[in-house]
Amino acid sequence: MNFKHKYVFLFPGLFVLIGILIFPIIFTIRLSLSGWNSYTPEMNFIGITNYIRLFTDDPRFWESFFRLSFLSVSTVILQYIIGFALALMVWREIKFKRFFRVIFLIPMMTTPVIMTVIWRTFFHESLGPVNDLLGHVGIGPILWLSDPVIAKFTVIIVEVWQWTPFMFLLLLAGLLSLPKEPFLAAAIDGASSFRKFVYVTFPLMAPISIGAIIIRLIEASKIMDTVFVLTSGGPGTATETSSFYIYIKGLREFQMGYAATLSFTYLVIMIISLTIIAKVLTKLMIKE
Amino acid sequence: MEKLYKFLKYTFIILWTVFIVAPFLWAVSTSFKDFQSVNSKVTYIPWLDFEPTLEGWRVLVKSPARGGVDIVEPYFNSIFVTCTASLISIILGTLAAYALSRFTFKAGFVRNNDITFFFISQRIMPPIVLSIPFFIFLSTIGLLDSLLGLVVVYIVLLMPIAVWIMVDFFNRVPKELDETALIDGCNPYQAFYKVVLPNSIPGLIVAGMFCIIFGWIDFFFAFILTFTEVQLLPVKVVALNSSITPWWSLSASALISVAPLIIVAFVVERYLSKGNLSGALK
Repeated sequence: MNFKHKYVFLFPGLFVLIGILIFPIIFTIRLSLSGWNSYTPEMNFIGITNYIRLFTDDPRFWESFFRLSFLSVSTVILQYIIGFALALMVWREIKFKRFFRVIFLIPMMTTPVIMTVIWRTFFHESLGPVNDLLGHVGIGPILWLSDPVIAKFTVIIVEVWQWTPFMFLLLLAGLLSLPKEPFLAAAIDGASSFRKFVYVTFPLMAPISIGAIIIRLIEASKIMDTVFVLTSGGPGTATETSSFYIYIKGLREFQMGYAATLSFTYLVIMIISLTIIAKVLTKLMIKE
Repeated sequence: MEKLYKFLKYTFIILWTVFIVAPFLWAVSTSFKDFQSVNSKVTYIPWLDFEPTLEGWRVLVKSPARGGVDIVEPYFNSIFVTCTASLISIILGTLAAYALSRFTFKAGFVRNNDITFFFISQRIMPPIVLSIPFFIFLSTIGLLDSLLGLVVVYIVLLMPIAVWIMVDFFNRVPKELDETALIDGCNPYQAFYKVVLPNSIPGLIVAGMFCIIFGWIDFFFAFILTFTEVQLLPVKVVALNSSITPWWSLSASALISVAPLIIVAFVVERYLSKGNLSGALK
């Protein structure tokens, strides 16, 4: 094919994306070296002062980062297990197969913040249905949103509700695209359903699983909407994630310079850790 | 053994279905309540537990001046921003994906896969990292608090999705298709437009649906980059949450905001059952 045409196809998209992104990224790096805040809203140069502050004097950021890691890893593991189980259940013929497939997909189509608003009333400690129903069976009011430990689990429940469908969709699409022969071979050998899963389905699904887990981890690492509405990072800082902390520093306290430092560090950590996770997962799951 | 397995399977499916449906049922019930039935004790079933009213729904179309919420304008804003950004992303993303799937690019150490990865990796970018520079950037060029500004930002969110789905899709459209077209005297653009594109409708629909989903459900950028002139639906609904929280209109507006995309679930399922999706999502 002609040599020049290919650029006509590629460049519009590539340059629009680069054009929109180049400024924010360079600007963030430059801003992170400045002391821009509400008192001195200007682009002065203070060197790496902000970075020194971040690495020596800001435990709150690191705590929020570990909290984020905990929340995103645990939600993704749960989503994977439940999503895979659901996908396996509606993969082959069952009654009302298509009905259940639609139902299982619905949460990912709903806006997370808006559903979280509903969840907030759902988990309301005195007027919500959950505590009311639990009260009828004699379980005392659970502090879904105001207990520092339970609030984390509430966030996990909401995240699992919201995003298991995405995992389910990716895994079911994968299952439906698997070749038929290995299953026939296993059936001829008289393998039980359990052995079929361990020796045939799971290995065949490994690459798809890795892809799905990584996609979900990327998305989960951005947990923000749910926390913002459900708990506002509270009680105290019990559910505060990195994004939310950066948001408080930057757009509530207007320490733009420092927030940019946080953003940039966060981005670098995200890219490095996701790359490592992707490599490790690939090694672990594809042995053969 | 087999029976036990079957029993467990259906129990699990039914429990999960209840879990998924529960917040919707609660929201539907709440949207017909009034102050009394929300705040005295927890009520569930209309007529039996409480006297239903339409107040929560009526408020939605009243203007704010008359004590209403008026979600009509944010509704159209959301539709406009989502559709425009999706359309631009799909067009640019599809062209780029076609190039990445059919031609070889070499620039230094950069190969096709690296360019594809560059596109897709933009999803890693946490919204908060972009929001601060975008906030300053858009206010400098006067696009803060405007629909156009949001469309620009949403392209960054959506184009990676379009490229991700379409590259995989084009990789499975046989190359012979465009080659035949070229031999028949088409130029590369005609080959793409007249032959490849019509054969890529399922991929385009899947990519379009994903763009629409991820555009429609975004809250954070809309929240940071708009204030009063322009409001998108999620921001409007969440703003209701902050004040004294009228649960009935909150529930009604939430239901009406999530309703349109639930139709998408049916479309996705149809494509899934026909086997078209299995290819489009790797």
